[in-house]
Amino acid sequence: MHDLYSFLTGPIAAFSLIVFFGGMLFKILNMVYTVYRKERFILSYISLRYGLRSLVHWLTPFATENMRQHPAMTAVTFLFHICLLLVPVFLLSHIVLMEELLDIRWLALPDSAADGMTAMVVGGCIFFLARRIISPEVRYLTSASDYFLLALVVLPFLSGFYAFHQWPGYPYAVIFHILSGEILLIAIPFTRLSHMIVGLLTRVYTGSEFGKVRQAKDW
Amino acid sequence: MLPIGGCQMNQTKNWDWNTAEKIVSLKEWGDEANWVEDFQISGDGEQVAAIVNIGPEEFSVRTGNGQWDTSFDKIWNLRFLLDGRLAAFVSIDGEWTVAVDDNPWENRFEYVWNLVSSQDGAHIAAAFQADRKYGMVQDDAPWEQTYYNISEMAMSPDGSHTAASVQTVSLNEGEIGKFAAGVFTAALNGKAWNRNFTNVWKVAFHPSRESIAAEIRLGRSDYTIAVDGIPWNRNYNAVWEPCYDPATGAVTAPVRIGSAWYLAENGDILWDRGFVQLWHHLFSPDSRKIAAVVATDFGKWTIAVDGKPWRVNFDELVMDPVFSPDSQKLAAIVKNRGQWSIAVDGKVWDSHFDMTWKPVFSPDSQFAAVAVESEGGYTFALNGRIWNDRYQAVRDPVFSPSGDKMLLRYIHDGRYFRKVISTGDFPS
Amino acid sequence: MTEPVVKTDGHPENPQESPIKDEGLEAGVANLSGDRIEKVIHQILKDETAARFKAYIETCVHCGLCSNACHFYLSNDKNPAFSPAGKVKQTIWEMMKRKGRVAPDSIRRMSEIAHTECNLCKRCSMYCPFGIDIAYMMLVVRRICHKLEVTPLYIQDTVNSHSATMNQMWVKEDEWVDTLQWQEEDAREEIPDIRIPLEKEGAEIMYSVIAPEPKFQAELIYQAAILMKTAGVDWTMPATPGWDNSDMAMYTGDNEIMGRLKRKHFETAMRLRVKKIVMGECGHAFRSVYDMGNRWLGWRMPPVRIVHAIEFYYDLLKAGKIKIKKKYQEPVTLHDPCNVSRGGGLHEKARYVVNAICENFTEMHPNREHNYCCAAGGGVINCGPPYKLNRMRGNRVKADQIADTKAKIVIAPCHNCHSGLEDISRHYKLDVEIKFLINILYEVMEKPSQE
Ligand code: HEM
Ligand code: HEM
Ligand code: SF4
Ligand code: SF4
Ligand code: SF4
Repeated sequence: MHDLYSFLTGPIAAFSLIVFFGGMLFKILNMVYTVYRKERFILSYISLRYGLRSLVHWLTPFATENMRQHPAMTAVTFLFHICLLLVPVFLLSHIVLMEELLDIRWLALPDSAADGMTAMVVGGCIFFLARRIISPEVRYLTSASDYFLLALVVLPFLSGFYAFHQWPGYPYAVIFHILSGEILLIAIPFTRLSHMIVGLLTRVYTGSEFGKVRQAKDW
Repeated sequence: MLPIGGCQMNQTKNWDWNTAEKIVSLKEWGDEANWVEDFQISGDGEQVAAIVNIGPEEFSVRTGNGQWDTSFDKIWNLRFLLDGRLAAFVSIDGEWTVAVDDNPWENRFEYVWNLVSSQDGAHIAAAFQADRKYGMVQDDAPWEQTYYNISEMAMSPDGSHTAASVQTVSLNEGEIGKFAAGVFTAALNGKAWNRNFTNVWKVAFHPSRESIAAEIRLGRSDYTIAVDGIPWNRNYNAVWEPCYDPATGAVTAPVRIGSAWYLAENGDILWDRGFVQLWHHLFSPDSRKIAAVVATDFGKWTIAVDGKPWRVNFDELVMDPVFSPDSQKLAAIVKNRGQWSIAVDGKVWDSHFDMTWKPVFSPDSQFAAVAVESEGGYTFALNGRIWNDRYQAVRDPVFSPSGDKMLLRYIHDGRYFRKVISTGDFPS
Repeated sequence: MTEPVVKTDGHPENPQESPIKDEGLEAGVANLSGDRIEKVIHQILKDETAARFKAYIETCVHCGLCSNACHFYLSNDKNPAFSPAGKVKQTIWEMMKRKGRVAPDSIRRMSEIAHTECNLCKRCSMYCPFGIDIAYMMLVVRRICHKLEVTPLYIQDTVNSHSATMNQMWVKEDEWVDTLQWQEEDAREEIPDIRIPLEKEGAEIMYSVIAPEPKFQAELIYQAAILMKTAGVDWTMPATPGWDNSDMAMYTGDNEIMGRLKRKHFETAMRLRVKKIVMGECGHAFRSVYDMGNRWLGWRMPPVRIVHAIEFYYDLLKAGKIKIKKKYQEPVTLHDPCNVSRGGGLHEKARYVVNAICENFTEMHPNREHNYCCAAGGGVINCGPPYKLNRMRGNRVKADQIADTKAKIVIAPCHNCHSGLEDISRHYKLDVEIKFLINILYEVMEKPSQE
C-alpha cells in the first residue's frame, strides 16, 4: 500500500503534471502554429486591447448580458471555477507533496476553507448535472461524453473530500483520490476541459474581431 | 473605359513639342449652354470637348472649334480616341448609336455602351442591344450573330477583331441545372465557340493572330482557361485573366491550387512559388519578363518579377504596374497606411499623394511621371518630385519622343492649358 | 438519456406538417454518393478549416448558453433544435461523428439547417462565454453543401446571376446604364441640371447599390441623387459591372465567386480613382465588402474606404450639409441591422440620424448590438418562398419587439431587413410600414428646388 502510495505521489504525480502542463503548452503552441501556417489572417486581427477588453468582461461576474439572463448559472459557475482552480493549488496536503517533489512551497488555504470550497465544486457539478438533465437546450446537446467529463471533474473532489475527513477506508480513498486527480490532469489537454486555455484564446479572438474590425461590444 | 496613357512614340512624334503654352478659355461654354457635362481633353492636348445641354432633352458637343451641328436627346461617354477623333454614345429619337466627330453611325440600336478601341484609336467598337438581343458593333459594322446577353467586350490591339463573352441559349430565372450545364461561351467577331461553359470571363486577344483566350468555369467549382474554345487539360480552384506571351503566343494565367495562387502557362506552373494573391500579370516590352501584382502574405502586397517579389510590401494596395520601354524597370502605384505613392523597382518615392494615376515612363526609361492629387489640388510628379502648382483637373503627362520634354494638360481657373515643359523644369 | 437521433425529415419534437420541397436540394441530393460526400467533407474539414474550427469544436462545453441568443430558438418555443449549438450538433458534430459518412438525405437536412435556420447574424457569439462563432460553423456547412451542389434553388440562382452578370438580379449591362439615365431624367423635373455622374474619374465617392435598386426600387437611386446634389457631393457611379455591392455567394459558401465579385467592385472603384465607396442601405453587402470578400482576396481591410449609408448621412447631417425643413412627425422605431451594428458599430450613428430627422423615436428592446436579426439575413430570405413560413415562425420575437414600441413606422436601413420585416408585419398583422432612412430624409430635407 505504501509502495503504491509513493509510486503514485512520486513518478506518476510528476508524470501527470508534466502531461498536463506540457500538453497545454503544446496545445497553445500548436494552435498558434496552425494559425500561422493556415489562417495567418487571424494574427493580423488580434488586438490586445479589444481582446482583453472582452476577456475581462467575460471573467467578471454579471458583466455580460447573458450572465444577467442566467443569474443562478452565473453564480454557480463562478464559484465552481474559482474553487476548482484555487483548491488544488493552495491545498496544504498538495503543497506538502509538491515540496517533496520539487522542494518548493507556497501559502496554503486554511483546511476548513479548502474543505468548504471542495464542497462547492461538488455542488457545482451537481448543479451542472441537474441542468443537463432538466434543461431541454442543454439536454439536447448532451451525450455520454458530457457526463463522463463531469464525473472526471467531480471524482477527485469527492474522493479528496472523503479522504480529508478520514472516513472509513481512508487509505483506499487517498489512493483513489490521487489516481482520479492524476487522470483528470492528464485528461484536461485532450478533452473539452482544455477550454480553460483554448476558451480564453477564442474569446480574445472574438473580442478582437468585434472590437477592432466590427467596432461593437461582444458582451 | 478606354485605355489611358501609354501613348506610343510613333504617335507623339508629330505632336507640337515647341509651343510652350496654349490656352482655351472655357468660361463662355457654361454661359452659352444650360450646363456643361463631362469635360474631355485629347491625348495630344490640342483639343477640348464637353457635352452641353442646350434645351429640354437636347444635348450637343462643344469643342474648341465650336459646337457640333447635330444635337441629340441624350449623349454620354464622350471620349477622345488616341488618334484625335471624338466619339460619344448618342440617342436620336430614342434610338442609340455611336457618333464620331459629329457623324452618327448608320446603324441604330436600342442601346449602345462600353466603347473599346484599338491601340492607335483608329478602330472602335461597342456593345449593342437590339430587340433584346446583344452583340458588338465595330466601326459601324454590327455582328451578324446576336445573343441573349453579352459582357467582357474586347478589341484586338490592331483593331481588326472584336470578342466578348456571350449567352447563346435563353435562360429563365431558377434554371440552375441548365445554367450549370452551360449557356455561355465566347464569341470572336460574332462567331461563338462551339462549346458552352458555366461562365466565361475576361476575353484576351493574341497580340497578332485571330485567337482569344478566356477564363472559364465548368460546373460549380472547376475553373480553367480556354483558348479558342479548348480548355486547358487541368482544372483549378479559381483562375484570373489570361494573357498571351507576345513572343511565343503561349497563354499564361494566374491559377489557384489549394489556397495559393500560381502563375501557369498552357496549364503548367511557371513560377516555383505560390502567393496569397496574384493578378494583373503583364509581359515586358521585350517579352522576356513577366511581372504581377502579388500578396506574399495576408495583407502584404507587392510586385513580383519572374516570381521574385520585391523586398518591400504595402498593406493596402498595389496596382497598375508598368514596364519601362527598355524592359529594365517597373513602376507601380502603391498605397500604404492610407498614403498613395509610386514605387519603381521596389524603391518607393519619398513623396506621397492623396491619389495617383497610372505612371508613364519616358522613352529612354529614365523618368517616370504621373498625374497626382496632392494638397487639395491636382498636379504632376516626376521621379518623386512634385510640380509647384495645383490645378482643378489634370490628365496623364506625356513625354516627347526625345524624352526631354513633357506635355502637361490641365484645367485651371476656367481655362484649359496645354503646356510643354522641359523635364528639368521640375523642382528638385 | 440517450442521444436524440437527428431526424432527416423536419425537426425533432416539432415535425413539419409537410416537408419542404426545394428543387435545388432535390436535384443535388439525387447526384450524391456516399464516397463523394465523404471526400468533400474531408476536404473541407481537413484543408479549408484549421485552428479556428478545431478550437471551436474543442472548446464548446455543450452548455447551451448560446440558446437564448437566437431568435429562431426563442420564437420556436425554445425548441433546442433551433439553438445555435443545436444546429452545430445536427450538422458538424454529425459529420465528425460519422467521419464524413453521412447519408445524402442528411445532407439535404443539413443544407436546410445551415441555409434557412440560421441568419449568420453572430448574435450567439455575444452570448457564448467563449465567443464561439456559430455563424462561421454554419458557413462551413454551407461550403460543404456548395461543394456537394446541394444548395437551395433560389439562392443558387442568385449566385448564378452574380457569376454571370456581376449583380444579384440578372440586370444586364445596358439595363443598368439605362436605368440610371432614366432616373436622372426624372430627377431633372425636380432639379433641372441634376446629374447621376457616370464614370467620373477622380470623384470623391463611388456610390454603389444592390441590384434590387435598379430592378425594382429605382426611386432609391433617384432619392440618393437628390441627396448628393443637395449636399454638393462629388460622386459617380460606374457604367460597367462592378456597381453592385451585394453578394449571395458569400452566403452559399461559394467563396470563389464572392472573391470575383468583390474584386470587380473594388477594382471598379479604383479605376474611377475615388476616395471612398459609399454604399446604399444594405447590411449584407457591407459585410461582404468590409469583412468577408476583402479577406478572401488577401486584403486585411478594404483597399478603398467603405462608408455605409448610415455613416454617410451622419456625416452630412453633422457637417450641416443637409438641412431639415421639419422633422418627421409619425412615431418611428429603428431596427438595427446586424451586419452594420454588430458587424460595423454603426448603431449610435443610426440613432443620431434618426433623431435628426424624426420627432418621435421609440427604441425597440433589445437594441444596438443586442438587436434580434430580422430572420431574412444571411441569405435566408434569398432561399425563397419554400422557407417563408419557417422564417416567419422563426421570428415571433421580432414581431413582439416591434409591436411593443407601438410605432407604425419601422426604419430598417438594410434591404434584407426591409423585406424581412415587411413579411413579418404581414404575417403577424402588425400593420407597420417599413422605411429606409433615405425615404424619410428625402421627405424632410431642404432641397435646392425649394429655395
Ligand atoms: C497529482 C495528483 C494528486 C495528488 C498526489 C493529490 C494528493 C492529495 C492528498 C494527499 C490529499 C489529502 C488527503 C487528506 O487530507 O488526507 C488531497 C486532497 C484533495 N485533493 Fe488532491 N491530489 C492530486 C490531484 C488533485 C487534483 C487534480 C484535484 C482537483 C482538481 C485535487 C483536489 C483535492 C481536493 C479537493 C482535496 C480535499 C480537500 C479538502 O476537502 O479539504 N487533487 N489530495
Ligand atoms: C481559466 C479557466 C477556466 C475558464 C475561464 C472556464 C470557463 C468555463 C465556462 C465559461 C464554462 C461554460 C459554462 C459555465 O459557465 O458553467 C465552463 C464550464 C465548465 N468548466 Fe470551465 N473554465 C475554466 C477551467 C476549468 C477547469 C480547469 C475545469 C476542470 C478541470 C473546468 C470544468 C468545467 C466544467 C465541468 C464545466 C461545466 C460543463 C457543463 O455544463 O457540464 N473548467 N467553464
Ligand atoms: S441565427 Fe444568429 S443567433 Fe441564431 S444561430 Fe445563427 S448566428 Fe447564431
Ligand atoms: S454557449 Fe458556446 S460553449 Fe456553450 S453550447 Fe453554445 S457554443 Fe457551446
Ligand atoms: S437582413 Fe438585416 S437584420 Fe437581417 S441579417 Fe441582414 S443586416 Fe441583419
